[in-house]
Amino acid sequence: MAKQIIKERRLQDDAWKVVTLVDGEAPFDVCLPVGPLLVPVAVWKAKKACLIHREYEHGTPLGIWLAPEDDLAEIAADIDDFTVIAVHFPKFADGRGYSTARLLRERYGYDGELRAFGDIGRDQIFFLNRVGFDALVIGEGKSAEDALAAFDDFPESYQGDAVQPLPLFRRRVA
Amino acid sequence: MYRYDDYDHAIVQARVAQFRGQTERYLAGKLSDDEFRPLRLQNGLYIQRHGPMLRLAVPYGLLAARQLRKFADIARRYDRGFGHFTTRHNLQLNWVKLPEVPLILAELAEEELHAIQTSGNCIRNVTTDHFAGVAADEIADPRPWAELLRQWSSFHPEFAYLPRKFKVAISGAGEDRAAIQVHDLGFQVVRDPAGEIGFKVYAGGGLGRTPLLGQVVCEFLPWQHLLSYTEALVRVFNRYGRRDNAYKARIKILVKALGREEFAQQVDAEWAHLKDGPATLTQGEVDRVAAQFAAPAYETLAADDLCHLAHLREDKAFARWVERNVQAHKVAGYAAVTLSLKKPGAAPGDASSEQMEAAADLAERYSFGEIRVSHEQNLILADVPQRELYTVWHRAKAAGLASPTVGLIQDLIACPGGDFCALANARSLPVAAAIQERFEDLDYQHDIGELELNISGCMNSCGHHHLGAIGILGVDKNGEEWYQVTLGGRQGNGARIGEVIGRAFAAAEVPDAIERLIATYLAQRQADERFIDTFDRIGEEVFRQAAYPHPHQSRRVANG
Repeated sequence: MAKQIIKERRLQDDAWKVVTLVDGEAPFDVCLPVGPLLVPVAVWKAKKACLIHREYEHGTPLGIWLAPEDDLAEIAADIDDFTVIAVHFPKFADGRGYSTARLLRERYGYDGELRAFGDIGRDQIFFLNRVGFDALVIGEGKSAEDALAAFDDFPESYQGDAVQPLPLFRRRVA
Repeated sequence: MYRYDDYDHAIVQARVAQFRGQTERYLAGKLSDDEFRPLRLQNGLYIQRHGPMLRLAVPYGLLAARQLRKFADIARRYDRGFGHFTTRHNLQLNWVKLPEVPLILAELAEEELHAIQTSGNCIRNVTTDHFAGVAADEIADPRPWAELLRQWSSFHPEFAYLPRKFKVAISGAGEDRAAIQVHDLGFQVVRDPAGEIGFKVYAGGGLGRTPLLGQVVCEFLPWQHLLSYTEALVRVFNRYGRRDNAYKARIKILVKALGREEFAQQVDAEWAHLKDGPATLTQGEVDRVAAQFAAPAYETLAADDLCHLAHLREDKAFARWVERNVQAHKVAGYAAVTLSLKKPGAAPGDASSEQMEAAADLAERYSFGEIRVSHEQNLILADVPQRELYTVWHRAKAAGLASPTVGLIQDLIACPGGDFCALANARSLPVAAAIQERFEDLDYQHDIGELELNISGCMNSCGHHHLGAIGILGVDKNGEEWYQVTLGGRQGNGARIGEVIGRAFAAAEVPDAIERLIATYLAQRQADERFIDTFDRIGEEVFRQAAYPHPHQSRRVANG
């Protein structure tokens, strides 16, 4: 069965592969399989020319994935090159990725696909969606069908966010 | 006080449904313990020694009488008929059953009550001055700002998984009664020369294992920017606070590591992008919220009620209660009354359902139907006409709410400690009881005068022991309970962290040690000095020697 991803509130097949460096592997040594790839920041920096070449020659779209500690300034100039930016959640209780998403959407103006992957499930969906993730890969062992119900957990939110920039107090009707 | 509109109701109702679903999935085995833990904590639910403990929010300490009645009702039907008011204005129920928690939350929601973000690594209940709106030294009422912060922080999508808990306090008065300098984020309401409201912002305060006072990161934040600045500050914490060690994850460690200036610069750099954006507060919104905290319909009264003065002259016990438990009010002829939740034989901060109902009755009859919870774990009737004080006193006495000891040693602060709390290293309540018993004599207490004695059962410092003139911290030594004593702490504008005086005491030694400290004060004090004044004048050493009559016992310990 093809890998599944939640987009536009439904499960879809997903062709993107996540490239990870194994311990001690140098970023320029990593082998790049065919097809659309999400590469770590170090690989992007080491093999930028090669990845861009793949895009020009073969139409393979560019993607990158960010770890919680990655510095956005390092890829700031390249952001518009990516078709997909993925943010990894090694543990769902590590909330740095939520700030990463808002910065990408609101600060850097990224309007491509922003996906969350890793240890995420139904109980994170509502907030992940609000901070700007429009694609969600549900963690292993968690139910993606269950997660679909979470988009409507709350009918309203007090704060502005990446989806609705205006806080409730600017929209409140007495 | 703030009343929910349709939006607020819808959001809290949605939370009830969400948590019901989470609980059902957990009970059905679809959520693991690890997955459920942060979810239940963000709804105030701990697993404690006796089962789940549910911490209910009292936003900025303000309750309507009908809400306090609801607490009483819930405590009676779902618990054992009492609850514990905490140093952060909340109410803890110690014996609830997990499958019933969704029912409890559904009932609470009907009365605009909830348990949202009363625990967990998120932005917690905002606390403030229990005399807000009635204190003579008030610059501006902090409650509208506290409510705006409550709404902003409730279900903030970016900050549900912070490195660690995040506590916010706000004071609107000249004297800080909200302990803002020991909060992760503290706001002091100030006015600029033109009279415009703004905030002096403190960050990086906190008690716990590394007690630190907050540092000023912004001297004057114009009110329009309250939310955008706070968002920038919490974002810096969310991104750069430590996540490798829970003991070093509070924002105070980040502020300390970066230094005040560097931290403030990082916040400013982040804020530069958010300033004047959609989160900028509007006059309309501030007015909408502030209108709900408008002063009640006070009568025009004489400054001194003649009957009241007569009672004061004739009834010594009443006069004593007034001296300790009645505070001045900015409106002539009115007073603020503290209903004490402290007395020997009862855990500090505990209130039975009957007491909650009695307090609700008093509020309805004599104080415009509102009650506050103070961080000293008492209840406050903020708007009582002077002429009613004598009646209020009688009724409070009948309900066991009139210990005339506010600010005295019996008014000590204590966390629930090892009797209830799974985190505790030692029990707090037996030590509190032993001290209250030792100093039970009212004349003795009044002679000792104002003294803050605070007890925590572990380093998490829920009992604010660092801020007591005398602080007591329970520690575990090879499976035994020991108690470390700190001296010189204080809250307020001149907040200071107390210092450990020496080796810890066994539980049985504590009352004697405290009595020796107090005897030293009584022997040394001049004129009207309080304990803390004498301590400041003569220094720690005299007290340390008194605490340890055998010199070899007084080996100093480096770190609390």
